[in-house]
Amino acid sequence: MIPAAFDYARASSLEEALRLLREAGPEAKLLAGGQSLLPMMKLRLAEPPLLVDIGGLAELSGIRLEANELAIAALTPHAELAGSAQVAEAFPLLARAAAGIGDLQVRNLGTIGGNLVHADPGSDLPAVVLALEGRIVLRGPAGERVVPAEAFFLGPLTTAIEPGEILTEVRFPLLEGRTGTAYVKHPHPASGYAVVGVAAVARLAPDGRVEEARLGVTGVGLHAYRARAAEAALRGRRPDASAIEEAVAHATDGVEVNGDLYASEEFRAHLCRHHMAQALREAVAAAA
Amino acid sequence: MEVTVRLTVNGQPAEGSAEPRTLLVHFLRDTLGLTGTHVGCDTSQCGACTVLLDGRAVKSCTLLAVQAEGRAVTTVEGLAALLPPEARVEGLHPLQAAFWEKHGLQCGFCTPGMLMTAADLLSRKPDPSEAEIREGLEGNLCRCTGYQNIVAAVRLAAERLRAAGAAAVGGEAALAAGAAAQGGAP
Ligand SMILES: Cc1cc2nc3c(=O)[nH]c(=O)nc-3n(C[C@H](O)[C@H](O)[C@H](O)COP(=O)(O)OP(=O)(O)OC[C@H]3O[C@@H](n4cnc5c(N)ncnc54)[C@H](O)[C@@H]3O)c2cc1C
Ligand code: FES
Ligand code: FES
Repeated sequence: MIPAAFDYARASSLEEALRLLREAGPEAKLLAGGQSLLPMMKLRLAEPPLLVDIGGLAELSGIRLEANELAIAALTPHAELAGSAQVAEAFPLLARAAAGIGDLQVRNLGTIGGNLVHADPGSDLPAVVLALEGRIVLRGPAGERVVPAEAFFLGPLTTAIEPGEILTEVRFPLLEGRTGTAYVKHPHPASGYAVVGVAAVARLAPDGRVEEARLGVTGVGLHAYRARAAEAALRGRRPDASAIEEAVAHATDGVEVNGDLYASEEFRAHLCRHHMAQALREAVAAAA
Repeated sequence: MEVTVRLTVNGQPAEGSAEPRTLLVHFLRDTLGLTGTHVGCDTSQCGACTVLLDGRAVKSCTLLAVQAEGRAVTTVEGLAALLPPEARVEGLHPLQAAFWEKHGLQCGFCTPGMLMTAADLLSRKPDPSEAEIREGLEGNLCRCTGYQNIVAAVRLAAERLRAAGAAAVGGEAALAAGAAAQGGAP
């Protein structure tokens, strides 16, 4: 399968990429790792008239530790997230989620920026970025703006990014106190995408009660979401089996649960509760 | 509209003209005549088309030829040459020799991709466990062997590479070969 014909421009700087997008209008597409866009173009599900290749931009690469946050640039490939000692140290769940994406070849090319902007309902990284309260940095014609993860994912393949904007990096506040994390995924047996993926961050008080729990869920709804009701049910409680069971009863509150050939709505909601409980147990154990 | 693509292939400078929509695998096979790289599924699933791009395994059916401009590509035809002659087994890369000896192939269609992914894997993990090999080759499908002998072949190759002290089979060696061909320092 060959994509429909298009024009191709390789940007030599972020500024040039922004200019090319501005001149080309809303139909043009950025090309990062190409691991979502090219398959769609080969199937002619996308036929952009122009691709602006940002793949080689050094200014969109790298992982930077700052005073109280880790900034991960848009073009960081999944393989680098999975292999980075810095990421494993600060956010073990991010390294784990990245290591479980697709396969080695996909991880070598696919990028965090592309994964978040593509926003497949079964993508792994949105759940993690939600649980870590990542802040998504966008550069556009009007300058820079920062969107909190929870305001970024709007629907299947739909985010808050506007035409002409480029995701430059994601800023993750470092975890404090007695905090543990986990990412638990039920991969689709054929595609590897998450049928259900739950990212959990649990911070415990000195007496062992839950000070804060944050839960990001992917695969279950039309877009990744924070399971706020489940989080609230845990706050201030000892994270024992009954508290976790009561919390995960709220795993899909307010969410329109996907059903498909592989997993009906009912089964998917069940998987979601099951994986959320597992993620919470792991996060609590890691915090303790 | 066609454009000229210049890159390093198997350590040698190469160029050819391609439409922007030309996939790297077709550029390698049809323009450069390197038919060792296969097209299996054409939908990013099977890994038969895997080559090394700057030393890392990628699916060449999911990469545009223009994206490889200025970069170093290694195909199965150039795999053995990544190693110094003394680390080869009768002229073959130890992975190739081990697939042969351990019956890691039947029809052979998936083999070039398996070899290239395994090369990347061994450059990261010189002594992988069976589970790590299976995990590493997740993106490569084989319809014949049942994988058992593929895993055995990768283990044997890993052993021989370690014994020869040739750690870098993929990554660094491929980068160095590319840089040398472009006249630069690795
Ligand atoms: C076989 C296979 C299996 C996969 N399995 C999984 C899986 O298990 N889990 C998972 O999460 N994903 C999976 N993926 C998808 C993979 O993670 C992709 O890498 C990712 O979704 C897209 O990243 P990319 O860099 O390849 O983006 P591209 O394909 O280049 O781009 C995707 C979209 O994002 C836009 N874009 C890219 N970068 C930017 C930017 N910096 N700013 C603004 N817009 C941008 C593009 O214009 C395009 O619309 C799989 C893919 C394949 C082929
Ligand atoms: S032909 Fe490229 S992955 Fe199957
Ligand atoms: S040997 Fe036939 S597909 Fe693998």
